[in-house]
Amino acid sequence: MLITCPYCGPRDVIEFTYQGDGNRERPDPASQNFEAWNAYVYDRLNPAGDHNEIWQHSGGCRAHLKVVRNTLTHEISSVAFVRGDHGRGDHGSAARRKAEDKA
Amino acid sequence: MVERQSPLEPEFHVGSHGNFEHGVEIILTETRPGSIVQLAAWPGEEKKLIAAIRAVTGLALPDGAGGGLSDGVKSVFGFAPGKFTVADEAEGLATAFAKVVTPAIGTITDLSHGRTTIRIAGPKAEWVLAKFFAIDFALPAFPVGAGRSTTHHDIFAQVQRTGADQFDIYVFRSFARSFWKALCHASEEVGYEVQ
Ligand SMILES: [Zn+2]
Repeated sequence: MLITCPYCGPRDVIEFTYQGDGNRERPDPASQNFEAWNAYVYDRLNPAGDHNEIWQHSGGCRAHLKVVRNTLTHEISSVAFVRGDHGRGDHGSAARRKAEDKA
Repeated sequence: MVERQSPLEPEFHVGSHGNFEHGVEIILTETRPGSIVQLAAWPGEEKKLIAAIRAVTGLALPDGAGGGLSDGVKSVFGFAPGKFTVADEAEGLATAFAKVVTPAIGTITDLSHGRTTIRIAGPKAEWVLAKFFAIDFALPAFPVGAGRSTTHHDIFAQVQRTGADQFDIYVFRSFARSFWKALCHASEEVGYEVQ
């Protein structure tokens, strides 16, 4: 599997570390909304198809990346910096909203 | 001034080795730069850091990821977004950068004693390096001056191309002797000379 890092170009998957599901939305650290924390820790969309993921190019530029990987084919349809605009990444929220709208 | 010792020394054997009956196709050396620093810009401060690199080294970084250049004495290349490695034959690079890279622009990490720089040159340099690193070493994909962050056997390394068939490899000092031995073994089949 090759992941095309936006800085380094196409690299073998051995250079990357999986950082988890990219659909999670972390509640505010001060939040006492236990349902939100429970959802953050345990709820997963688990799609058979495109999946938002966070990967780190740990054996390269060390940037954190938002990756869309197809869980059936391993095809990677998009890779971008989590902090491409030097702001907060919005990787999870849009996909989760879309999934919630469908439900 | 205290003389710096090379971590390669017990395994550094000057001369020709391996299958060199038909000539050596690899030259291995340790470049021993006096200073190696890594510079990192805060988000949005990259242009100021690039200007500081030019002010200190006289080297104008080309645009683009992994871009770099070397004048044979000083070298610079990008290794991550907003981050650069700079090396100089002379000591004192970190002190020089501390005067121009203010805390508002970014950070300076002095790695002069933390990295060992090994130079591999010759017509089979790409061939030998391809045994270690899963990256494209062809000249169009990896132009002269450019740098790459990558790994060999899960150990991090930085590679700068300093000639059409010459590469400088920055490895952790504590892993340098191990890497050197592996590099010598990998060069045996084509014949190599340690200088
Ligand atoms: Zn990268």
